[in-house]
Amino acid sequence: MSRKLRVAVHKFSSCDGCQLAFLNLGAALLEVAQLADFVHFPEAGPVDADAPADVAFVEGSISTPADVERIQRVRNSCKQLITIGACATSGGIQALRNLADARQWVAGVYASPEYISALAGVSPVARHVKVDFELWGCPVSSHQIVAALRALLFGVTPLDEQAKVCMECKRRQIVCVMVAQGKPCMGPVTRTGCGALCPAFGRACYACYGPAENPNTDALAHRFAGLGLLPEEIAHRYAFINNGAPAFRDAARKVRDER
Amino acid sequence: MSDKPDKRELAINVPVLARVEGEGALDLTIAGGRIREAKLRIYEPPRLFEKLLEGREYHEVPDIVARICGICPVAYQMSAVHALESIFEVTITPWIRRMRRVMYCGEWLESHSLHVHLLALPDFLGFDSAIAMAEKYPDEVRRGLRLQGLGNALLRLLGARSVHPVGVCVGGFHHAPRVDEVNRLRGELQAALPDAVALLRWCATLPLPQAPRPYTAVTLRHPDEYPMNEGRLVSNRGLDIAIADYEQHFAEFQVPHSTALHNHLHGQPYLVGPLARLNLNLERLHPATRCILEECGITFPTWNMFHAIVARAAEIHHALLEAIALLEHYALPHAPFVPVAPLAGIGYGCTEAPRGILWHRYETDARGVIRSARIVPPTSQNQAQIEDDLVTCLEELGLDMPEDAMRLRAEQVIRNYDPCISCATHFLKLNLRRE
Repeated sequence: MSRKLRVAVHKFSSCDGCQLAFLNLGAALLEVAQLADFVHFPEAGPVDADAPADVAFVEGSISTPADVERIQRVRNSCKQLITIGACATSGGIQALRNLADARQWVAGVYASPEYISALAGVSPVARHVKVDFELWGCPVSSHQIVAALRALLFGVTPLDEQAKVCMECKRRQIVCVMVAQGKPCMGPVTRTGCGALCPAFGRACYACYGPAENPNTDALAHRFAGLGLLPEEIAHRYAFINNGAPAFRDAARKVRDER
Repeated sequence: MSDKPDKRELAINVPVLARVEGEGALDLTIAGGRIREAKLRIYEPPRLFEKLLEGREYHEVPDIVARICGICPVAYQMSAVHALESIFEVTITPWIRRMRRVMYCGEWLESHSLHVHLLALPDFLGFDSAIAMAEKYPDEVRRGLRLQGLGNALLRLLGARSVHPVGVCVGGFHHAPRVDEVNRLRGELQAALPDAVALLRWCATLPLPQAPRPYTAVTLRHPDEYPMNEGRLVSNRGLDIAIADYEQHFAEFQVPHSTALHNHLHGQPYLVGPLARLNLNLERLHPATRCILEECGITFPTWNMFHAIVARAAEIHHALLEAIALLEHYALPHAPFVPVAPLAGIGYGCTEAPRGILWHRYETDARGVIRSARIVPPTSQNQAQIEDDLVTCLEELGLDMPEDAMRLRAEQVIRNYDPCISCATHFLKLNLRRE
């Protein structure tokens, strides 16, 4: 650690919630500032979009022609590009419009749709430029961000957490909400990293951390049908926060095709 | 720069206005010694939430609308559950009502502390960021981050995480926190009261610009509480309506330079947010907070927009006191939610987000599937008022002032409203033209 890491935080189409993983650090934010120089982070103050950065954290999905150009500039100005959150990594909830007629949607919300510049589809960052590492979650947690920064400072690749939420429930000794209460929990196909927050609160996981490794989406859809869910209700569980992730997108399509 | 203002022709391009939430730009045109045009240009791409809600099940709504804003997700969840519960004729328990207020206190604490310390204060003290400010004001910045942290802790208590919390459902909460957790956090809130008092006193001494002028303030009003989740919509100019009548008085319209819709009340701009709330609900503010305000020598109601930062600090103190009171004698409920059976109908929800009133309207079918949704966030309601205020404040400052001074004042005006452009946009460019 001979020098501070040069960090940029860029925002595209999103709710701002993943950047809050930095701004919600509390006093630790000042400690992080000892390890990293924020060369571009508009919400926190520093603005220099083209400043060379060791690592660029990118929040948000690509949804306008201007975004397509801007993400290229981000890639060119950084050594490593890390996506933070569902929007940047899988397109986020707004990618639901890819399943609909986006133009018609714009016309449904805006009286003068011709003023609105938007691509037909919403896409994740990796569709446009090389991504070095993905941090999943809606939102990502401060723990994920700090762990990634630490790994980069040590010169190693951050740990890619791909196990299922079920594993986290077992580790935390949370009683299974599907087995014990018959709730349609997405834990068996969802990547952990959140700490199994929903099952700990007695509710079914809704897959905000995206697909885990080797998710058996067919078996889970079958189980949900056994719990009494209608096909569209099952499809909604896959076509939600990470509807653009291929495993979930395909699972939703399959359920809808089979009904 | 030595030319007379009416002769200058200048194009200033400040690439990014920092420390706001969302992406936008400011276009200013000055001609003949007057501001010809002041546009807050919001170009953050639309995410079309109102459309993607159509066809979804009612129980998915709190998790969908939370994603509109990472800073005030609870406000979206609250307006939505109130609207849906009114359709389903659900009556919540006193425990649920209290805990919803506690959660809202958490969001105000978190959002206001973030805005005051990380976004607004550096302006008034001459820094580019809170990190830079922390070198000269380490205790003040740490105090602010602690208060923000307590807001987040309250959100975690009832929502498991502070951004897109998972605890709220139509009918109540998924989970009731344990007594020992509540008591421990309540102790921390009590211990933080001196911090909140010191913050309020400090904010009242800041070198704020003086720019009093008449404006219309709109807020919720409740018979005996400081407004959060319930009440009638009132203004200082005689408005007093039920939230269901919103559309008969407020008009939403599109302007070419913004992806956020603008709003007028009876054809005129209006203000929503902490300053509007405080001005119109002084008698419902916690007596201890009022007492400190009086000692500070700022008379509320105040018509200086820049007192918004003082109003935020006052609401931080109030929210702490209110959460402490609500969590006193906490006991586990029989159930943290009431059962819900969907009905077809139309329902309205309006709650006081940190930035002002957040109005929702939903139509459901008999299975509780959303047929249509309409959401009016606070920032789009404030946009017309911000543009008005820019003209007034810059003309008062003097249009022959150096560009840097004008740019700083313009940024201060915009930040003063704490615009959440993700709700409505993330960086602001100032394009200044002098003709």
